[in-house]
Amino acid sequence: MKELMLGNAAVARGLYEAGCRFVSSYPGTPSTEITEKAAEYDEIYAEWASNEKVALESAVGASLAGARSFTAMKHVGLNVAADPLFTAAYVGVNAGLVVCVADDPAIHSSQNEQDSRHYARAAKLPMLEPADSAECLAFAKRAFDISEQYDTPVLLRTVTRIAHSQSLVETSPRVEPPLRPYAKDMQKYVAMPAVAVKRHVVVEEHMEALRGLTEKIDLNREEMRDPTVGFVASGAAYQYVREAFPQASVFKIGMVYPLPVERIRAFAAKVDRLYVIEELDPFIETALRAAGIALAGGKDRTGLLGELSQYRVRKAMGASLPPTKTLGETLPGRPPVMCAGCPHRGLFTVLSRMKLTVFGDIGCYTLGATPPLSALDTTLCMGASFNMLHGYAAIRPEEAKKSVAVLGDSTFIHSGITGVVNTVYNLGVTTMIVLDNAITGMTGHQQNPTTGMTLKNVPAPKIHIEKLCEGAGVPVQNIRVVDPGDMKELTRVLREELAKDAPSVVVCRRPCALLKYVKHKPPVRISADKCRGCRACMKLGCPALRFAQGKVWVDETQCVGCGLCAQTCGFGAIEEGEA
Amino acid sequence: MNTISVMIVGVGGQGTLLASKVLGQALVSLDYDVKVSEVHGMSQRGGSVVTYVRFGEEVHSPIVDLGQADYMLAFEPLEAARYLPWLKKDGVIIANTRETMPMPVITGAASYPENIVAKLSQRANVVALDAMQLALEAGSAKAVNMVLMGVLAARMDLPESAWQAALEKQVPPRFLELNRRAFALGQAHKEE
Repeated sequence: MKELMLGNAAVARGLYEAGCRFVSSYPGTPSTEITEKAAEYDEIYAEWASNEKVALESAVGASLAGARSFTAMKHVGLNVAADPLFTAAYVGVNAGLVVCVADDPAIHSSQNEQDSRHYARAAKLPMLEPADSAECLAFAKRAFDISEQYDTPVLLRTVTRIAHSQSLVETSPRVEPPLRPYAKDMQKYVAMPAVAVKRHVVVEEHMEALRGLTEKIDLNREEMRDPTVGFVASGAAYQYVREAFPQASVFKIGMVYPLPVERIRAFAAKVDRLYVIEELDPFIETALRAAGIALAGGKDRTGLLGELSQYRVRKAMGASLPPTKTLGETLPGRPPVMCAGCPHRGLFTVLSRMKLTVFGDIGCYTLGATPPLSALDTTLCMGASFNMLHGYAAIRPEEAKKSVAVLGDSTFIHSGITGVVNTVYNLGVTTMIVLDNAITGMTGHQQNPTTGMTLKNVPAPKIHIEKLCEGAGVPVQNIRVVDPGDMKELTRVLREELAKDAPSVVVCRRPCALLKYVKHKPPVRISADKCRGCRACMKLGCPALRFAQGKVWVDETQCVGCGLCAQTCGFGAIEEGEA
Repeated sequence: MNTISVMIVGVGGQGTLLASKVLGQALVSLDYDVKVSEVHGMSQRGGSVVTYVRFGEEVHSPIVDLGQADYMLAFEPLEAARYLPWLKKDGVIIANTRETMPMPVITGAASYPENIVAKLSQRANVVALDAMQLALEAGSAKAVNMVLMGVLAARMDLPESAWQAALEKQVPPRFLELNRRAFALGQAHKEE
């Protein structure tokens, strides 16, 4: 029976059916659900790793141990894991190893729009790209076969519209490949110069063999229809092309690296005009042009930015477009906001009031950059904030007392702790803030080493952030824990730590308001008589507060009674609600 | 048959994902090819959210594009206005009239457009209702999604049994009766 399945769930199903035994990942939109779904299968050992590099290295180890192994990450996560990735191509695999990378064209929930197909070419690894959930399942399975046959990790690339779209799949039972024996093999697994030089030869031999495979594999297919126009496309772009021009011939690519250049050359000869339709960079186009295949168009029509769609493909080709209507006026945007009761709101209000330079990081707290809080100066990548502050303060020492860096509990584990170590070692005196909300928030509530629970919901030792910082050499009196829901106390603590000529870590500890165990108070009560309409509380950017008819009102369906607004009111107009 | 396109638009946290699950489930049980596309992550934090549901004999693109939506289920009027360009020439908008202020309006940087529903009605076929009122009648403000699904169901030609089975499959048992009541109130809604 066919069932509707999310692309990510279908990848997980493919892992299950292929007999995969080991999954280790770090959460990242749009890849997260693969690992969450994989964890639901008892046959698969699944874990949240502390970061993507750790995850991939663990998966390489599990592959060497003889089990089919897997890791998933978002595009920028692959940058973190790039070090083991490139050399994993040299050492190869024992049992199959598949690395899923999920790109995010249009930047729905990311910090850049990189095209991870370049990694396949750069690291010399085969890459498959599914175009719907059925292919997510099938390609995940095929990836293991290719990995074992060609002794190489295999990349499985998705984009948001594949990872987060549901379509029909048919499931099969799991196969159970026996564990492959592990044999010590210094000439393969020890990537030291004398060995790596020889392994590079093997990598190039594998690539040559894979170039042969891509010319015959059924994941690449020619769909001949009207011969006047032909398209080359893969993944989501293939679906847009099929919808925009149902009668056109299409060469559908399932294996995007190495590309089936000769089969596309033969396809080109059968159509009058050939176009490449792909999102982001001209990855396919450049390869085809380099091979001397004449193209009638590509990036000159679709551009380098954002997602494609059936409308954009038709527009790029100069075809007719459906009529559209508008309201005829500028509409206010609706950017994402911190939730009512969010523990980050208190901190960013304080930082904004103290007029500090704030180095930000990746997580829900990136929203601290948006009005009305407008508290963040920077966001770069996971773990960057502590280090950017370190470099900034090294050049402008006088700014160290007017600047802080913030990152969350999961980000602290991912790559924040290395920044603490570096700051202490290099005699830095900066103030580093950890926003410990007891969960990995933005990606949808994943456990991490600070939460005391594993992906499989088994209790685990809870990493102690303060002790870790103490061990890194932060003076113990400079490690402070404070509730960001108490803005007065938080301000006092920050002033003390900023004044010190020594490194400090301030842990702002309050659980995410969306966690099920967090008990909310009744909505606050606002006295219209006492409210002077000064809007001081509106500077919190709380979605539960409204300003109308010169007064502030509370939206009782949204207010969780955190009471932050009461702390901002100078007229006693806001009182905590009573149960 | 041609592919039918449904857009579900609203504000992150309003329960649009459950609505698309119920619709998707009903369509799968009727042997249609179905694709559902949603966006997770940052936009779910109170931002503008959109889910696409498409069905027919063979569905290619998972997203609904400009000028393509046969039905738009809008959980919030400003979001209906925002996605109006996605509506097909003769498409139908089913809009909740309850307004949720976006942050630029809350901070005073922008103002909420006046008479959105009236302006939408001048440009498209609109069924507007206070879905929150009906949800509260059903027993919970959180059932707005099923009220709107009920209104949609009354305008789509799908068998009642498919809807009921989909509700049963997608809604947790302890909320099933509440959601059924909300769905039925939506189905019974008459245009004024």
